[in-house]
Amino acid sequence: MTGTTPRELLLPRYVREDPAARTPVGFPDYRSTALRAPLRTPVDLPHRLTEVTGPVLGEDRVQPHDADLTWRNGGEAVGQRILVHGRVLDSDGRPVPGALVEVWQANASGRYRHVVDTWPAPLDPHFDGLGRVVTDSLGRYEFLTVKPGAYPWGNHHNAWRPAHIHFSLFGRAFTQRLVTQMYFPDDPLFGQDPIYNAIPAAARHRAVGRFSLERTQDNWALAFEWDVVLRGTEQTPFETEDDGDVA
Amino acid sequence: MNPLDVPPDPAVPFQPRSGQRGSGFLTGPFRLGTTPSATVGPYLAIGLTWPDGDWAAAEGTPGGFWLRGRVLDGAGDVVPDAMVETWQADPDGRFASPEDPRGASSSPGFRGFARAQTLSGEFAVFTVKPGRVPDGEGGLQAPHVDVSVFARGLLDRVVTRVYFADEAEANASDPVLSALPEDRRATLLATPADDGYRFDVHLQGDRETVFFAV
Ligand SMILES: [Fe+3]
Repeated sequence: MTGTTPRELLLPRYVREDPAARTPVGFPDYRSTALRAPLRTPVDLPHRLTEVTGPVLGEDRVQPHDADLTWRNGGEAVGQRILVHGRVLDSDGRPVPGALVEVWQANASGRYRHVVDTWPAPLDPHFDGLGRVVTDSLGRYEFLTVKPGAYPWGNHHNAWRPAHIHFSLFGRAFTQRLVTQMYFPDDPLFGQDPIYNAIPAAARHRAVGRFSLERTQDNWALAFEWDVVLRGTEQTPFETEDDGDVA
Repeated sequence: MNPLDVPPDPAVPFQPRSGQRGSGFLTGPFRLGTTPSATVGPYLAIGLTWPDGDWAAAEGTPGGFWLRGRVLDGAGDVVPDAMVETWQADPDGRFASPEDPRGASSSPGFRGFARAQTLSGEFAVFTVKPGRVPDGEGGLQAPHVDVSVFARGLLDRVVTRVYFADEAEANASDPVLSALPEDRRATLLATPADDGYRFDVHLQGDRETVFFAV
């Protein structure tokens, strides 16, 4: 090594997951993917500075009322009140504090407040279906909403989306960006939904929240718990050759 | 044969296909399964609209320009319900991120991140040209912007990179770009336009953009 060689930057490398364990970009039963999902195999991008950094999108993007979707336009949304809570972690089990979590969903009747959604279910003047929260120092988040209804979507005859809440999350790095959906336990619509079934079978349970009696609020709201796990780093600091020394 | 009469010394020791003894549960690094991705769906505008989304750099930043483009499907039709996110270094090659080990960007008004939708037929991001960023092997990468595209009909984001057609010299030595087949590199080049650069994303077809696994 010479004095003119730039000092190497010590960068984390994020886990590259087996594509078979991840949701594929395209899935034939979900018809809209046919003309949209790229057909060529993606090229592995090394994890350099651009990939291991990410924007800081914290408290300044969030208003206090963004964590309570049940109150809009001076009135209360119709539906089953639910508290959705959980942690944002990386796959090493470390909490991700300060992570921006954006959620959106249909109202209790299964209708979105969006110009393209015109199926005949009622809009709710007191529900816009938008929420935002930032995880605390332990990676925890929670928001109050109403349970979204199922809705038809025309993908196939009598196609209905199981109840779900859309989630968008930023971790620390570009590699950790995730947009996903949280489902509710034991939904009878799972079997016919290609968006749910596109998830590899072994990973589907990770998309489903858990009913959480311990956080259910007496005379007020049911609770569901859902932890979101973003990709962690390739090596943990505790990795050791000496398996007798785990302290 | 008595099932307890196990041969003391098997001729061939057990060789798991993974090359690792056991399941790794006790000896391997602790690892949680990641949450599977899902499509952003057709109603992304409800949850993901930011009034300041287009601005990776503040209005009026010297050297600022618009990066505009369309997202096109396999039939050549414009995708109007996509969201494009960009992430890049500032002109000094620094990131507006605490994860930059050299220290975060100090460029005033520089966020380095933008989120734009394609409702009008194309996305538009106001930004500045990124500087050259170390490639981790003693060299420098060409100026580039990492891009995520989300849409109804995509069950995961697709990731690509914008390079700049007027950076031929830097592009020629960029380790990512030069590793691609020559005829595919052009899909990553933004071309100069009136008020900045143009970069169309072709999700499929003869000109399918090079997408990356990150
Ligand atoms: Fe939905």
